[in-house]
Amino acid sequence: MRTKLFQYEGITSFLSSLSAIAAGLLVGLIILLVSNSQDAFPAFVMILKGGFEDGSRGLAQVIYFAIPIIMTGLSVGFAFKTGLFNIGASGQFKMGAFVAIYIGIKWSFVPEEIHWLVALLGAMVAGAVWGSVPGILNAFFNVNVVITSIMMNYIGMYLVNMAIVKTVYDSLKNQTKPVLKSAVLPKAGMDKLFNTSNVSIGIFIVIIAVIAIYIILHKTTFGYELKACGSNREASRYAGINEKKSIILSMVIAGALSGLGGGLLYLSGSGKYIHVLDELAPEGFSGISVALLGMSHPIGIFLAGLFIAHLEVGGFNIQLYNFVPEIIDMIISVIIYCGAFALLFKQIISRFVTKPVIDTDTSGIEPAMISQANDTSDMGGAEDKRGHGEDKI
Amino acid sequence: MSTVYFIAQQTMYFAIPLLVVALGGMFAERSGVVNIALEGIMIVGAFFGIGFINIYQNTMTGQGLLILAVLVAALSGALFSLFHAFASINLKADQTISGTALNMFAPAFAIYTARMLQGVQQIQFMDTFYIRSVPILGDIPILGPILFKNAYITTYIGLFIALISWFVINHTRFGLRLRACGEHPQAADSVGINVYRIRYAGVIISGILAGIGGLTFVVPTSTNFNATVAGYGFLALAVLIFGQWRTNKVFAAAFFFGIMKTFASAYSGIPFLKGLPISNEVYKMIPYIATLIVLTFSSKNSQAPRAEGIPYDKGSR
Repeated sequence: MRTKLFQYEGITSFLSSLSAIAAGLLVGLIILLVSNSQDAFPAFVMILKGGFEDGSRGLAQVIYFAIPIIMTGLSVGFAFKTGLFNIGASGQFKMGAFVAIYIGIKWSFVPEEIHWLVALLGAMVAGAVWGSVPGILNAFFNVNVVITSIMMNYIGMYLVNMAIVKTVYDSLKNQTKPVLKSAVLPKAGMDKLFNTSNVSIGIFIVIIAVIAIYIILHKTTFGYELKACGSNREASRYAGINEKKSIILSMVIAGALSGLGGGLLYLSGSGKYIHVLDELAPEGFSGISVALLGMSHPIGIFLAGLFIAHLEVGGFNIQLYNFVPEIIDMIISVIIYCGAFALLFKQIISRFVTKPVIDTDTSGIEPAMISQANDTSDMGGAEDKRGHGEDKI
Repeated sequence: MSTVYFIAQQTMYFAIPLLVVALGGMFAERSGVVNIALEGIMIVGAFFGIGFINIYQNTMTGQGLLILAVLVAALSGALFSLFHAFASINLKADQTISGTALNMFAPAFAIYTARMLQGVQQIQFMDTFYIRSVPILGDIPILGPILFKNAYITTYIGLFIALISWFVINHTRFGLRLRACGEHPQAADSVGINVYRIRYAGVIISGILAGIGGLTFVVPTSTNFNATVAGYGFLALAVLIFGQWRTNKVFAAAFFFGIMKTFASAYSGIPFLKGLPISNEVYKMIPYIATLIVLTFSSKNSQAPRAEGIPYDKGSR
């Protein structure tokens, strides 16, 4: 019976995700129709085609957009699993980006072959340090992670602006200087394959990160402890888990993931620089959407990141018809919102599907309870948040 | 002395929107619904409020127009918050999810609509609302310059809202029921309170206040609306937690943050601070660092509503 349930679970969560996506696209179509009925359909087709519009270059663009948001998505999703809402991915991302650029410009003493690797490691450390602050304050002083993360976003933004101006500033363009050639991520033939310079080995590093997080969460004791902490802090403390350590390490790893994302984006050699503006890195907030859409599961996050990037490319293309690319953000937000409906949808399906099994062995109360249990496990960390009382928003 | 007046007047511009929005968040959270959509609701409120001013500023000016715009902002905020209420109360969804969705939708909607209608995303408006000095009241020594000069009517609306909020939540039957639903909805239900209805009320009030807060933020600080409220919704969330979900503490927290923010943005107008050899960015960081430090020493006992963020299910115990 258990295996049967799991089978249904996979199918239902897939179906419900699909229905949410369909609803989001439908709303997008309606918005397009309302704003310009003539060009709505060709534009809509263009959105659906997304990265498949422009041959291999389009695909490269999808990968380029996806890399940072998959990393911040992993960061947010990982923290979700420990019951922490890492709204601070933005600050961690920016710190990582800055340190990567700084090392990429100033550390010319590092051997050329590993310069980019050192810069990426620096980015991870910077992100981890930035992530550790909310973790430590939460573990030892019971300070709400959400509020410290928000504060750290702003502190990070101003600190990076100050540091750029003092170290690696291109005052003419009000942005960072370009990094040394040796710090740009190796292309490993990817640029020839995709016929554009935007791609590099970055996507492989992302895949490694996804696999690593999957293994940590699902195959190690450490990951189990983190998830236990997310489900119920008191119970895991009672079970002998050091919950302070779990919280801090979870935030450190989440921070490192975001920081790595910043490093990967700004070392990709695509001509991207940090501008000295009072603006939080939007990639951090996209990460929340990616994590929610991917249901906090590493592989789900990977696919969600690619999907959102695919739509973003489509949104960029529809400017051809004088549409505004922000339509994509609206579509994605509707998809996320419909995730709520999807939960209901899933409940109905699983109740419907499991009923015959239940009827044969137990009373009628069971279906509801089982469908609830399904929900809890499906939703992953996002649902886990409900479990403990200390970290309320 | 003029420096003190200057600081006080500037503080109002920062503190009032924070105060209003954080109080909105308080109504939602004390009814048991976490509302991280405050940022998005602020943007929607500001969008419709400023849009209203933009359309009608040729036919009317001054305080009447601003008050109507405040009503428009409140209404649009309330309507937008219904999405959050529906998902988190009826559908029992995770409240972070629908909040994030709303936060993402609002700026995209504002940019899309503005650009589709007028080509650019900035919505311009003429500031005919500035009050140099309130008649009679502005002449009171000390208090006059602090409260009644260089002001906007939204300041008084904000202070009035704070007073009303304090009264409603602590001294009315509705306030008691609201708090009960946030602490122990099952108990509230058992004595005949409609938990769903109370939570709807909480979220709608938060929508009204966040909508007003969005407009209140934009009007004194800018002459156009650029589809952003500069993260004030998230800061209001921080103020709410900092203020431990209590009206008077939220009030203090909003003004603490407002004063810090004033030092940060207007330090060049303060002779004492201007002379110090400290970078601009450091001043900007101070409000956030100060909040972190204060929180570190004051968070041991969190006063968060117990049932906050947990969807109410009649069947559960």
